[in-house]
Amino acid sequence: MRMRNLATLALAACAIGVAAARAAEDNQAFEKIERGRYLAVLGDCVGCHTAPGGKPFAGGAALETPFGALVGPNITPDVATGIGAWSESDLWRAMHEGIARTGARLYPAMPYPAYTKVTREDVSAIWAYLRTLEPVHNEVQPNQLAFPFNVRRPATSTWDLINFKPGVFQSDPAKSDVWNRGAYLVEGLGHCGTCHTPKNITGGDRSGEALQGALLQDWYAPDLTADLRTGIGNWSTEDIVRYLKTGANSFDIASGPMAEAVENSTSHMTDADLLAIATYLKDRAPRSAKTAIALAHDDPRMVAGKAIYEDRCAACHISSGAGVPTLFPRLAQAPLVQSTDPTSLIRVVLIGSRAAATSAAPTAPAMPSFGWNLSDTEIADVLTYVRNTWGNAASAVQSTDVTTLRGRVSR
Amino acid sequence: MTRKLPATDVVIVGLGWTGSILALELTGAGLNVVAIERGPWRDTATDFPPAYAQDELRYRIRHDLFLRPEQLTMTFRNNADQTALPIRSWGSFMPPNGVGGGGVHWNAETWRFLPSDFELRTHLVGRYGEKFLPEDMTIQDWGITYDDLEPHYDKFEYLCGTSGKAGNIKGRIQAGGNPFEGARSREYPTPPQKQPYGPTLFAQAAREMGYKPFPQPSGNLSQAYTNPLGVTIGPCTYCGFCEWFGCGNYSKASPQTTILPALIRRPNFEARTQCEVSKINLDKSGKRATGVTYVDTSGNEWEQPADLVLLCAFQLFNVHLLLHSGIGKPYDPRAGEGVIGRNYSYQVTSSVDAFFDDKIFNPFIASGSIGMCIDEFNGDNFDHGPHGFVGGGYMGAVQTNGRPIQTARTPQATPRWGAEWKKAVAKSYLSSYEAVTHGGCYSYRDVYLDLDPTYTDRFGRKLMRLTFDFHENELKMSTYLTDRLAEVVQKMGPRQLDKHPRRGHYDVTVYQTTHTCGGAIMGVEPKTSALNRYLQSWDVPNLFVMGATAFPQNPGYNPTDTVGALAYWAADAIVNHYLKSPGPLVQI
Repeated sequence: MRMRNLATLALAACAIGVAAARAAEDNQAFEKIERGRYLAVLGDCVGCHTAPGGKPFAGGAALETPFGALVGPNITPDVATGIGAWSESDLWRAMHEGIARTGARLYPAMPYPAYTKVTREDVSAIWAYLRTLEPVHNEVQPNQLAFPFNVRRPATSTWDLINFKPGVFQSDPAKSDVWNRGAYLVEGLGHCGTCHTPKNITGGDRSGEALQGALLQDWYAPDLTADLRTGIGNWSTEDIVRYLKTGANSFDIASGPMAEAVENSTSHMTDADLLAIATYLKDRAPRSAKTAIALAHDDPRMVAGKAIYEDRCAACHISSGAGVPTLFPRLAQAPLVQSTDPTSLIRVVLIGSRAAATSAAPTAPAMPSFGWNLSDTEIADVLTYVRNTWGNAASAVQSTDVTTLRGRVSR
Repeated sequence: MTRKLPATDVVIVGLGWTGSILALELTGAGLNVVAIERGPWRDTATDFPPAYAQDELRYRIRHDLFLRPEQLTMTFRNNADQTALPIRSWGSFMPPNGVGGGGVHWNAETWRFLPSDFELRTHLVGRYGEKFLPEDMTIQDWGITYDDLEPHYDKFEYLCGTSGKAGNIKGRIQAGGNPFEGARSREYPTPPQKQPYGPTLFAQAAREMGYKPFPQPSGNLSQAYTNPLGVTIGPCTYCGFCEWFGCGNYSKASPQTTILPALIRRPNFEARTQCEVSKINLDKSGKRATGVTYVDTSGNEWEQPADLVLLCAFQLFNVHLLLHSGIGKPYDPRAGEGVIGRNYSYQVTSSVDAFFDDKIFNPFIASGSIGMCIDEFNGDNFDHGPHGFVGGGYMGAVQTNGRPIQTARTPQATPRWGAEWKKAVAKSYLSSYEAVTHGGCYSYRDVYLDLDPTYTDRFGRKLMRLTFDFHENELKMSTYLTDRLAEVVQKMGPRQLDKHPRRGHYDVTVYQTTHTCGGAIMGVEPKTSALNRYLQSWDVPNLFVMGATAFPQNPGYNPTDTVGALAYWAADAIVNHYLKSPGPLVQI
């Protein structure tokens, strides 16, 4: 009898064409798990949830915020230390509303203000994928903030009232499907604004300034608007795709946190998704129409900087500032070089930096440290020269800024 | 106590050029590869960045990149009647150490050998008769031909991005290249480097004399190049800090700038640095290698079992490991029997110094391998009949450096120190020029490597003993080459010209080249060679030995291009033949 009922049910299901839908919801379906894996790559989950040398997704390295350190928790299906006891709706709530299974508010280091835009279907696929991971027993203390920030956040927090609007991405019917896919990725799983959008005093995104460039972890995440001087206005969609896919194009080479984003995430994206991202980014208004005027070449800082540049920098970056594509970043008319905030420039001169390595561009050249043999004033002068030569124009770098950053990065 | 590690498919001893090439090819074939390297990991930006790469005191004088003799050295004597003593400070050659090996500190002169070089004995006996060769000369054919190696030369040059001008493409002589070279399948990957004033004048003089000068092939690149592995090499800046130095600009071909970035991405590759292999282990039969034993920096001893052992260390240390591990019959010069240590060879260099009143050469505009050369007097490119010697070398104006501490050329008869010396150095720095010959060195019965009876290393192993002196054939050759070179230089119009042919006994304390060769040579039969034509040990078929160790004698060129080509040749044999049916690749 029971058998018969089941058979009848199954038959009925087939008859009304629900079987396909049911298969799609099967969390064991390869296609769904594989899609979830790809979505987890798009979201670069592994970036925060994996420690250097540690098992993937079993808990991350400390993310330094102005309020203290936060550590990406263990999201493998381990019951005791991971999310083994969670349900799919727990994950949905965390990603969509920023509320943990315990009912506590997550800290926005988990980019739920962006992930809230991810569709339920995509979250479900990510969930299916995360369930297939090997459970890893690894106790992580995510909250390492200083008092008072370490106090558990209530489900309804003032921060979220100011900074957070839950809601799945709504496509713009006036735009193409490619544009909308790009917007969905940039604003949602890609969470580009987490680094590239300036933050207000509470750490939330400044409204109206999306992707205009921001400082975090002593790096300046550059302007991604179409600004010709500081943004990507001169990059073609192909340039953007190449940068995200390989870590390098004729303008720039990814380094620092972006190198990680390229290695973990963007270099594994499909060409269609990269094109979508580029299409969306290219369509954004420039940051400002503000022009800058280059410092006079006979300014004493420029004269001193030029001498240092010729001695120390020109061997790789070339006297013309042209660099060598995919090896030594171009400095002439390079957006990052002309950023409002020179932190990244000061940083790489002080302590060096290694470029991203990808299968397509494995070289991973590195900028050596010059902090040991250039003084703060010399670093300020050479960067002032670089920021105001070959058609570049940007504010002079102050030696006090170099002193401050030197103190921070050499701690 | 030796701790045994889990077995791997392949263990590689030494991660220089050959170790990197083999690791790349064998990981590509799906094998798990562990490379064990005696020295440290070396990386451009942290070990020789532009901020201090050009430190002559640190790298040239204080040997920063080289093996410390207190870690491992060898003893030396000129002949068997002497008692050998340990080398306590490197002089005539510089044993490399660390990831990248000699590829880090070479000048990047990237030559192919002549087709006749590979069939040397057959060729010379055929042209001049057996009696023309000195009785104690033990030169041999290699067991392979230039044509066998051509695709592998090509592969290595396209890995490196070598800058040059072909002289012979598929049998057609090309204007501006070396007309004596063997046929290449295609042009060099990048054009030649720019020539400074000195080489330009030399080429002009050589052309007027009817010679065919051509740019020296260079691993310091004329322009940026991305190789088939996707790795990008930068353009050379002509700083002249190449030999003895790592390149700060990513512009000298080295494992670091061509292979390692691709290799380290492979999950089936692992490198263990600062681990010194002390022995290749054999099973009870003595015919199969079971892996290697190595010692880490804490003095802990580890055994790494492997199915295949690839000996990829520097030439001298390959031979030392074979001798110490009891692989192959050690060479006995009295009986003329045995193969390990047999046919050691070196290089015979000489120079001509020219002093001018009216010319400024700017020697600091330099690269380890820019220059204009002629090849009329290399190998058997000329009739040796009237001269009473065999062999030869290339010669030319190669502007490798004008480094401040050691560029102190003075005319002969200048005092060796004091005010007059200083005055002469200052006067000559810009206005003098040194041209060079790079002669071959053939092998002899009484030149060899064996274990020293007296001195031991820090593990208690016997040091290796080097018994070497120049022979009359090579000294005659050097005099002849130097005279020919001087004729060309004379045409450049110097005020004074000083010839420095190689004379007298070999001096191990004075730098000449790091081209030590032989000691476990390749050949056609186990009686006279340690390795078959695939660089596979005749005695232990799961052991392959790479590098200049396999050269039966040394032609008049720099060795690296051939070392790289042989590594690709052996890799091809391992992947396409050995792995399908492990065992001897040549039946005897």
